[in-house]
Amino acid sequence: MSILVDKYTRLVVQGITGREGAFHTKQMIDYGTNVVAGVTPGKGGEWVFDTVPVFETVKEAVDATGANTSIIYVPARFAADAIIEAADAGVDLVVCITEGLPVLDMVQVRAYLDTTNTRLIGPNCPGLITPGAAKVGIIPGHILTPGNVGVVSRSGTLTYEVVYALTARGIGQSTAVGIGGDPINGTSFLDVLRMFQEDPATEQVIMIGEIGGTDEQKAAAFIKEKMTKPVTAFIAGQTAPPGRRMGHAGAIISGGEGTAAEKMAALKDAGARVARHPDEIAEIVASNLK
Amino acid sequence: MLRISFFDPPPQKQYNAREPAGFPFLYSLHREQRGGIPLNLHAYQSKRIFGQYGIPVPKGEVATTRVLVDPAANIAKEIYLGAVLDRANRRVVLMASSEGGIDIEEVAAKTPEKIIKVAVHPFLGLRDHQARILADGIGIPRELVKDFIQIAKSLYTVFASVDANLAEINPLVITGDNKLMALDGKISVDDNALFRHPEIAELRDVEEEDPSEREARRYDLSYIHLDGEIGCMVNGAGLAMATMDIIKLYGGEPANFLDIGGGAQSEKVAAALRIILSDPRVKAVLINIFGGITRCDEVARGVLAAVSTLEKRVPFVVRLVGTNEEEGRRILAEANMITATSLADAAQKAVAAAKGEIQA
Repeated sequence: MSILVDKYTRLVVQGITGREGAFHTKQMIDYGTNVVAGVTPGKGGEWVFDTVPVFETVKEAVDATGANTSIIYVPARFAADAIIEAADAGVDLVVCITEGLPVLDMVQVRAYLDTTNTRLIGPNCPGLITPGAAKVGIIPGHILTPGNVGVVSRSGTLTYEVVYALTARGIGQSTAVGIGGDPINGTSFLDVLRMFQEDPATEQVIMIGEIGGTDEQKAAAFIKEKMTKPVTAFIAGQTAPPGRRMGHAGAIISGGEGTAAEKMAALKDAGARVARHPDEIAEIVASNLK
Repeated sequence: MLRISFFDPPPQKQYNAREPAGFPFLYSLHREQRGGIPLNLHAYQSKRIFGQYGIPVPKGEVATTRVLVDPAANIAKEIYLGAVLDRANRRVVLMASSEGGIDIEEVAAKTPEKIIKVAVHPFLGLRDHQARILADGIGIPRELVKDFIQIAKSLYTVFASVDANLAEINPLVITGDNKLMALDGKISVDDNALFRHPEIAELRDVEEEDPSEREARRYDLSYIHLDGEIGCMVNGAGLAMATMDIIKLYGGEPANFLDIGGGAQSEKVAAALRIILSDPRVKAVLINIFGGITRCDEVARGVLAAVSTLEKRVPFVVRLVGTNEEEGRRILAEANMITATSLADAAQKAVAAAKGEIQA
């Protein structure tokens, strides 16, 4: 078991013929992900790597191949429409890797998705991976190994760091989910924690947050009230100056809100073990196994 | 931003010009009556504008490149009206307060009950009744409510049409002859949306930016200049923040935030190192790279090529983890760099190197 993606995932790649789309499609296929279709307007009827048919629209791709999950590699100016197109075509899960979506586009996208049954992961995220089953995104597959630790994170490379450290210690992962660094995204920490709590294959959870917003505080409230599995947390940006965007569009302390200190305090209060730096995360997880 | 008061303002007749491109700073004379004119000014602004308009350069360390001069207004009451993105609720929120003319964050902190808010549904826009809730909540006189609704709806329209993060009128005033008038305003635009607003993108005044941050943007590097002595070069925003944090944890101060992004183009790496070392306070550099799809040996060669072009010499502490890390470490060890395996190890070595306690 796992969450969100597994061997039943049938993936359609939006923007499959672009440089990023093609490169990562190859990586996903090599990992064993079931990539059933691609979409690039103007290139319908072509084939990618001789095995993946390309369609004009997501609807066509879904109708022809039964795709249930979509991944988006299209440029930022087209990404909001790509997400809505995937939802309209009826896929269950849309993963948007694209960075740089205007935030008001995301306000509209979220308002629209709330009227559908489609879940969005991202945007501005590395995607997600269930080791040994399916990789949907850009997380390097070889650093993971199947196991029972669920990972959810706002940061790509920090996720890689932590997963790598776990794997090096022989500790495997159930699913690793990058929810993305934008101020408005499709899936929150709270959503993923709830799924991990219900997933029989997940025994403990790592949550990697950062400055900006209140998503971590909402997660802390859930951990306190509902979570029975151990949670190890880390918050990046303890030294970040207020009012400056630290790389991610959502990583900004504004109006005194969203500091690392308040998030760490909320998580500690909720019973999560909060690591001071990334190296400590795997140590804490390992100590929970003893 | 600095908040500075001007004293001894010159008589109004001396500067009757209205600068057509007078955005984004407003020199609002009505505040003379308070004995000073607070202006939000940036540290990198030049002083030339004051001379141009025959305005004596104010006391203090101040200047701006653009000034908008308006006639003094007769103010009976000052109101705040703003539109801002509420990320927790994923909506644009309109806020109004009877406490105008001052910093709204201060009002929010001290007297939150004096701020009235309504959330706008993106498919419906701001509705009349929502604007009326604001008007009623802050006690707008009955005869001005219709005008207030019009102003609030226009503000939301502006916010949405320019992809703003923030659009505010502060103060919106009720004049002595009982009219509503917007005296000062501020709009902050979403960088990610500038592709559809080329006319706004053109307004960017690079003269007002930190020179090293300007240079970084040329190379598509995400860089923020800080005050410490340990330069950081990292791939990934989260890892870059975590690297700053751990330097501090071990007693150092980061000199910058820098995310070089994915890929290992040596040109970009070289530019990043040049920018870091252009800060005279930097005593050591910590390079922290996680190689995922990017290979560590490629990054190492990029760093090596970059370092050979640099004049300034400071100790380099390098941590490479992930794909082909051993090969990468071997390449850099040959280049006389301090290598580290864990992040904690790297941070401790960087702090020691900055203090001159260890050398490469």
